[in-house]
Amino acid sequence: MDVSIEATVEQTKAGQDQVVLKAEVRNLSFYYGNFQGLKNLSLPVYKERVTALIGPSGCGKSTLLRCFNRIHDLYPGNRYQGSITLHPDQIDILDRSLDPMDVRMRIGMVFQKPSPFPTTVFENVAYGLRLRGLRSKAVLAEKVERALRGAALWEEVKDRLAQDASNLSGGQQQRLCIARALATDPELLLFDEPTSALDPIATASIEELIDELKKRVSILIVTHNMQQAARCSDYTAFMYLGELVEYGPTEQIFLKPTKKQTEDYITGRFG
Amino acid sequence: MATGEHTIKQYDQELELLRGRILQMGGLVETQLRMAIDCFEQADLRKADEVVEADERVDAEELEMARLVINLIVRRQPAAVDLRLIMGVSRAVTDLERIGDEATKIARAARWVHQKDVVIRTPRIRDIRVSGEAALSMLRGALDAFARLDPVAAAEIIREDKGVDEQFRLILRQLITFMMEDPRTITGSLDTVWVAKAIERIGDHSKNIAGDVIYIVQGEDVRHATPEQLARAVSQPN
Repeated sequence: MDVSIEATVEQTKAGQDQVVLKAEVRNLSFYYGNFQGLKNLSLPVYKERVTALIGPSGCGKSTLLRCFNRIHDLYPGNRYQGSITLHPDQIDILDRSLDPMDVRMRIGMVFQKPSPFPTTVFENVAYGLRLRGLRSKAVLAEKVERALRGAALWEEVKDRLAQDASNLSGGQQQRLCIARALATDPELLLFDEPTSALDPIATASIEELIDELKKRVSILIVTHNMQQAARCSDYTAFMYLGELVEYGPTEQIFLKPTKKQTEDYITGRFG
Repeated sequence: MATGEHTIKQYDQELELLRGRILQMGGLVETQLRMAIDCFEQADLRKADEVVEADERVDAEELEMARLVINLIVRRQPAAVDLRLIMGVSRAVTDLERIGDEATKIARAARWVHQKDVVIRTPRIRDIRVSGEAALSMLRGALDAFARLDPVAAAEIIREDKGVDEQFRLILRQLITFMMEDPRTITGSLDTVWVAKAIERIGDHSKNIAGDVIYIVQGEDVRHATPEQLARAVSQPN
């Protein structure tokens, strides 16, 4: 289905939420070789809001998320069509002449499994900054602390910065990955099922963190946990078989979706 | 509305149980109300006792329904149409229980009026029957719309409430006239006013139940809707 950005922007404006576009996906198709993973979808991502992507396995939600930081470029045969425009400077993320590294500085990503680098807590967070050429020890220390505070991890690790990151608990490792993503001051954060490997308490602390982070960054989150989407997102997009079936304010999607497919999925009637 | 089955069959059964059970409770309340109206009109005081007894069953049913609702919410985390159904049932249960209370009030008033033998001086009993039948018909219609999840029929019930309200005002006006003409009718008239008011409230509760049907099917809350908003809520595709 084609969801026009104009229509959804209008619809959102009609509600109480005053929103500004952070990114817009327009007529995006994506191919893994001959297989079309995404079919001509359009979607707004609003600034300082959480947008959740939901749908059954294989529906393309992670594929869509990965388009945002061009991870697909790593594999030959992958092909994009359409555009993802980043606001306010209106650059097209998918523009081939654009260096993916520049994109990734502005768009951070957190994966399903906590994936700390095999180094110290400090170096994990400092990594992106060093990559950017930052050398000053004082500035690095300050930025690392700020990122760790931003990820609600500082109090727990401030005396263990020189320890190996793998010594942290799963929930702490995931927050470390969030700190790592935050260190470069990204505008958009991508979460790919960030809590599926965590227990309920660690999950709650990540969700709390997401709520805190959205005051500064825009967030796009893929989740299999419907309640999680309902709890922490402002907007929800339901995808199926590479298509965007329905997009709208989360409340509407979970209370009164307009498409039968969405309702079937949300209520657990998906056969 | 989604009508397919859930992947978890047990969930379907629980929702089915909930729907079946509220209709059963509705049937119980409907019988209770009919008995209450009869006993007021016919001075059948045995029936008054039955109405009061039935109310205990209605109250027990309210508690059991609340337990089912809470269980479904905590175990299934319902969404969309399922959540609306559960919320709708939960609200309808409250209204049904209140209708039971109003029916009990009518039965108690009947007992009072007839024991005092003020019935000869109690005018307008026939009007009570007419208004009671109208409220009963609203309740029946609302339960019917609930059983079939029919928002159009539900909207019709909501519109009928105006008639019941109007009848209450008519009865009241007539009773005032009686009381002014002959002060000996005051006691009986006042008892009749309570009954008429109870019937008018039953109309309101039935209207709420009809509103719950529209909420479940259309996702629109029509509790304070104007006639135009009501028509729009019902005409939307669901």
